[in-house]
Amino acid sequence: MDFIKPTTWEEALEARASVPGAVPIAGGTDVMVELNFDQHRPPALIDLTAIDELAHWDLDGDSVRIGATVSYTTIITELANHLPGLALAARTVGSPQIRNRGTAAGNLGAGSPAGDSHPPLLSTGATVEVASVRGSRFVPIDEFYTGVKRTALEPDELIRAITVPAARGPQQFAKIGTRNAMVIAVCSFAVALDPHERAVGTGLGSAAPTPRHATDAEKYLVDALPWDSSEPLPGDVAERFGELVAAAAVPIDDVRGQATYRTHALSVMARRTLGWAWEEYRCA
Amino acid sequence: MTVGTPDNLASSTRGGVGQSPRRPDGTRKVTGQFAYSSDLWHDDMLWGVTLRSPHPHARIRSIDIGAALATSGVYAVLTHEDVPGIKYYGLEENDQPVLAVDTVRYQGEAVALVAADHPETARRAMHEIVVNYEVLDPLTDPVRAALDPEAPALHEHGNVVRHQPVRVGDVPSARSRADVVVTGEYEIGMQDQAFLGPESGLAVPGEDGGVDLYVATQWMHTDLREIAPCLGLPEEKVRMTLSGVGGAFGAREDLSMQVHAAMLAMHTGRPIKIVYNREESFYGHVHRHPAKMRYEHGATADGRIVYATARIVLDGGAYASSTTNVVGNAASLGVGPYIVPNVEIDAYGVYTNNPPCGAMRGFGAVQACYAYESQMDKLARELELHPLDVRRINAIHQGAAIATGQVVDTPAPMREMIDRLRDAPLPEAVDSGDVRNLPGGVSNTTHGEGVRRGIGYGVGLKNICFSEGFDDYSTARVRLEVVGGEPAVLVHTAAAEVGQGLVTLQGQIARTELGVERVSIAPADTQVGDAGSSSASRQSYMTGGAVKRACEAVRDRLFQLAAERFDVPADQLSLSGGKLVSEHSGVLVALADLLGDEAIEETREFHHRPTTGMDPVTGQGDTHTQLALCIHRAVVDVDVELGLLKVVDLTAVQDVGTVLNRVSLEGQIHGGTAQGLGLAVMEEIQLADGKLANPSFTDYLIPTILDMPPMRLDILERADPNAPYGLRGAGEPSTLSSTPAIAAAIRDATGLQIDRVPVRPHDIVHPVTG
Repeated sequence: MDFIKPTTWEEALEARASVPGAVPIAGGTDVMVELNFDQHRPPALIDLTAIDELAHWDLDGDSVRIGATVSYTTIITELANHLPGLALAARTVGSPQIRNRGTAAGNLGAGSPAGDSHPPLLSTGATVEVASVRGSRFVPIDEFYTGVKRTALEPDELIRAITVPAARGPQQFAKIGTRNAMVIAVCSFAVALDPHERAVGTGLGSAAPTPRHATDAEKYLVDALPWDSSEPLPGDVAERFGELVAAAAVPIDDVRGQATYRTHALSVMARRTLGWAWEEYRCA
Repeated sequence: MTVGTPDNLASSTRGGVGQSPRRPDGTRKVTGQFAYSSDLWHDDMLWGVTLRSPHPHARIRSIDIGAALATSGVYAVLTHEDVPGIKYYGLEENDQPVLAVDTVRYQGEAVALVAADHPETARRAMHEIVVNYEVLDPLTDPVRAALDPEAPALHEHGNVVRHQPVRVGDVPSARSRADVVVTGEYEIGMQDQAFLGPESGLAVPGEDGGVDLYVATQWMHTDLREIAPCLGLPEEKVRMTLSGVGGAFGAREDLSMQVHAAMLAMHTGRPIKIVYNREESFYGHVHRHPAKMRYEHGATADGRIVYATARIVLDGGAYASSTTNVVGNAASLGVGPYIVPNVEIDAYGVYTNNPPCGAMRGFGAVQACYAYESQMDKLARELELHPLDVRRINAIHQGAAIATGQVVDTPAPMREMIDRLRDAPLPEAVDSGDVRNLPGGVSNTTHGEGVRRGIGYGVGLKNICFSEGFDDYSTARVRLEVVGGEPAVLVHTAAAEVGQGLVTLQGQIARTELGVERVSIAPADTQVGDAGSSSASRQSYMTGGAVKRACEAVRDRLFQLAAERFDVPADQLSLSGGKLVSEHSGVLVALADLLGDEAIEETREFHHRPTTGMDPVTGQGDTHTQLALCIHRAVVDVDVELGLLKVVDLTAVQDVGTVLNRVSLEGQIHGGTAQGLGLAVMEEIQLADGKLANPSFTDYLIPTILDMPPMRLDILERADPNAPYGLRGAGEPSTLSSTPAIAAAIRDATGLQIDRVPVRPHDIVHPVTG
């Protein structure tokens, strides 16, 4: 196996094009686990960590552009104000050491339905900037996930950055794990309220073959939320929202949990996170 | 033998018994410089890998090694046909093939070996081996294996490895006197020891046709007795040296790569290194026996237990390992630390096509403890008594007998322990604004919604040292000489330091007994006599006892030497601060001057008092060397809507006889408690038709610092006059009682039965009601 360590973005794209099957690596928190368990033997690794431009984030108008090698730790410490949902999710990733290495772009590249970044990226309408020697394109997050561990990335493409609209309202994230830290999601949920647009975003993790929205729940909430009021959220609204989120899930039984439990837990998390988000909104 | 607590415990030698000197291996371990067995290296070495069965049960029609052997860089491909000696080994029964002969009985069973000049070459060649299997239906239900005579026999002598009954009194007539009767069916999942250093080692072929083995193990001499016959070598041609051990917890009692590496080394004439990765490690060692248990207790209205019955089925998996003795523990300790006048226990250990199970911290006593403690809580509810009261009413004490009829003849302060735990303060309120303090932790699943608090208790009784007539002695060699003008002591044993701190304690004992601060511990190897296993909470007692005796022998010779030279009575001499002191004349001479160029070396064995076997029909007998008690109170917050939980507080009271090293001791109680917590709420090897579903630390979860609360410990010292310094083994008892205490707290918070551990979220959210 070759180890390629480009220092410029152009070199990285050329390496990706010239070595079919080469796997890009940033923190290695997914890639190295697969290699260590002998599940994957790529012809080469392309280490992106020497490309300086990928390691930075910028506030670009109303959006934050997160370079592909920006760590979860950076997201937690530097982006919690702009991207509270993603920062909450980043806080649930692995251990401090893993958060120092792991990246949100790596989560996207792996495409696991259990990745912690997916629900907040879905709920906020992020865009994935991908590129190859053929050129660049911007993939809406809704179109990025195509199947279990499959994404819209072409074989010669690399993720360069993720662009996430800066929060204009409360965002929440919750994840079920059978340990109180360092655990892969049994299922997870994110919600984002945008009072300016009167929009609602959701994201479900480990609830279907791909991360997904709860579209009906979003539509329901846009109409049902008393946006102009500062009253507590009516209980039946949270309850109904939870039901619709659960209805969007098509989970499976596996080693981490049962399908019926996942569906139930999603409804509880949806109800609770909406409650917290609404409290923040009405008290703001 | 000196009994009780000697006067010199308070002696001024720095780093002696009763103090907590720094571990000699501590700094290197913390800084990452300690060499574990996986770090072994020889410039000439080849890498060995093991081909394992993908099937839990299959007949082997043929094995074709041709393509693997033809791979460039491959030096050997071996099957059972290449085993130089006896093809089977085992801790208690020789039933496990070195390499599968004609049948595989569990997924992961070793079938063939490859040695190559690079690990990747070896792995690739391994995939070229073609094994033609006839796949058979696996037998995976241990209750069927125990009780159904129609079940297919997995071994020649049937599927029951051991059935041990215990019969006391007359249960049917006692049942008629009971005012309340409680029954329960309990289940324990398969726990893994989850040590951090996977199986690994180096075998170096010797010029004499023998082999030098550098391995991480728990008991070198029993390894040796199993390895040498398989290699067709006399024991003296297999020389073993202990390498850095990255945890054990029972999983290193059985052989793993020892014979394999030695076979490859003898075949190729080259040193062989084998290192399992984490996944292979899950297949490469035994686990804790899962158990299915049916209990019935009857009591009178005043809370006194009048009878108990228990059927305990322990799943031993494909090979016997230590199932025989695990059954003995489950049976003899089956009703725990309670006075029960009428008893019927049937404990079974069986063969199935599940992974082999054997030793793990708590060893058969853990399983029974969860069941009988759950029964105590049921009794308390029925009787409307406080859970601690029902335990106190029936508590054993010095002079009382346990189920085997063995009279507890040393302190057993269970009532005092219960009273102290009752008075222990409850945890202070935590900052609930920090999600780390709530169920779900950083996963942010609750800000207080759905959270209910429960309190539960557990008491456990554990045997210390080996039982049932086994003479698990230990040997120590102690040498005193002058090095660089100063007296220095070298302690040499074959006892395995597995992380528990035995090397520290050996030094402490030598300092106390010889009054010399400078003590070195020689590498553990088989060039000195048997030390027995680092298990059963026994090394402080047994190897500690042997070091103490060897030191005493050295001291006696010193005193004789001084008595002759200074014409004073030897019995009026003592050692302090590197000097010889006479009762009458004060300091006589510095040790260094007395010794000169002479070295004094003595080797001594230490044996514990003899025990008996269990009667095969009644289970009666004085089977245990020493018994130890630990009691826990758990406070658990449960998110009843999501089934997630946070263990908020764990308080333990344990009687340890005498504290030899408080820091090490507290570490043992903390660690045992954490392992019991893992069993209560998360640690389980999941099996589907005999296949492991989660052989990784991604999905086999062990507690993190956010799962394990800070502990309050109340350590009692009620010396055991039979034991060195009065000590009581302390490595295991806390593993027993923390699991039922946490389960009881979850019960208290939810009102659910909680008749299975580990408790999973869906057990709380969607309980299956019986």
